[in-house]
Amino acid sequence: MKTGSEQKTDMNKTTKIIRGSVLAAAVLLLILGLFQNGPADIRNKAVRICYECIGIG
Amino acid sequence: MKTRWKTLKRRWIQIICAVLYNCNLTGFAKGTIYQGNLKSICIPGLNCYSCPGAVFSCPLGSLQSALLSSKYRFPYYMLGMLLLFGILLGRLICGFLCPFGLVQELLYKIPTKKLQKNVWTRRLSRLKYVILAVFVILIPLVFLTPGFCKYICPAGTLEGGFPLLLKNESLRQLAGRLFQWKALLLVILLVSAVFIFRSFCRFFCPLGAFYGLFHKMSLFGMRIDPEKCNDCGLCVRHCRMDVKKVGDAECIQCGECRKDCHQCALSFGLKHDIPEPEKKYSDNI
Repeated sequence: MKTGSEQKTDMNKTTKIIRGSVLAAAVLLLILGLFQNGPADIRNKAVRICYECIGIG
Repeated sequence: MKTRWKTLKRRWIQIICAVLYNCNLTGFAKGTIYQGNLKSICIPGLNCYSCPGAVFSCPLGSLQSALLSSKYRFPYYMLGMLLLFGILLGRLICGFLCPFGLVQELLYKIPTKKLQKNVWTRRLSRLKYVILAVFVILIPLVFLTPGFCKYICPAGTLEGGFPLLLKNESLRQLAGRLFQWKALLLVILLVSAVFIFRSFCRFFCPLGAFYGLFHKMSLFGMRIDPEKCNDCGLCVRHCRMDVKKVGDAECIQCGECRKDCHQCALSFGLKHDIPEPEKKYSDNI
């Protein structure tokens, strides 16, 4: 049976593992996106007036 | 004096961010939008990329646009960027880096009777997760239209719609029922922000809902020192957001609660070295 402080330490470890995994996944996705020309796609959309955004349709 | 300085510092960060995001001043004069390379970068806060001043892209608009074409190309870049913002800063972005949050906070300064948080505002705060799922993800994927931008986004109407329509006769002629709906929604949200602290952020903002998912894991934010905290609950009682404890999914990490903590148990910093206390105060309030 684990004590309260041991359970807390386990929880902190799990949080750290999840945090590290999400950070690694974010960096990986960004790199994949860069190879896929993601920034250009974003720019192409953003340099034109977005009619939906301004309420025209 | 020290407390006032802390609030002022946050306000200045908010103002500097809002100005930096919208520094294409000639756009306002000409009624055109910026078309440079900076628009390939997303900012973390809600700021419409069709605002004449905007020099960066809106994360929500870009995500919906990427989802529209996700059948042909998986939106790696946008997902990576949003995950990175979330894991690094979480809802600290709402408290410091969002221009629409600043607008609402300034409106709340108008001296009137204010509606305090209660059980109904707490219930309503869950609505933003529905908006995230339905309008930001489902509608773009199924109906191939940017649901949130088109039907809800008040930042688009305020920052993009009004400035562009004022300067362009041709756009004014195109404005119809949809514009009337969005303008009405904007007015309702702005008026409600005078009486309810950050009403849009609390109840409707899907970006805040997304960043809220990272409240336990984000690297930087509010820390509670369990050695100093005596569980008095003043921080939660004085907070104007629907928080149940400092640093939860509703907490925008503004740090205003530091001035209420007599134990000096609250601070900003990397969250990895101090364990979170488990105590929730909501039942006592």
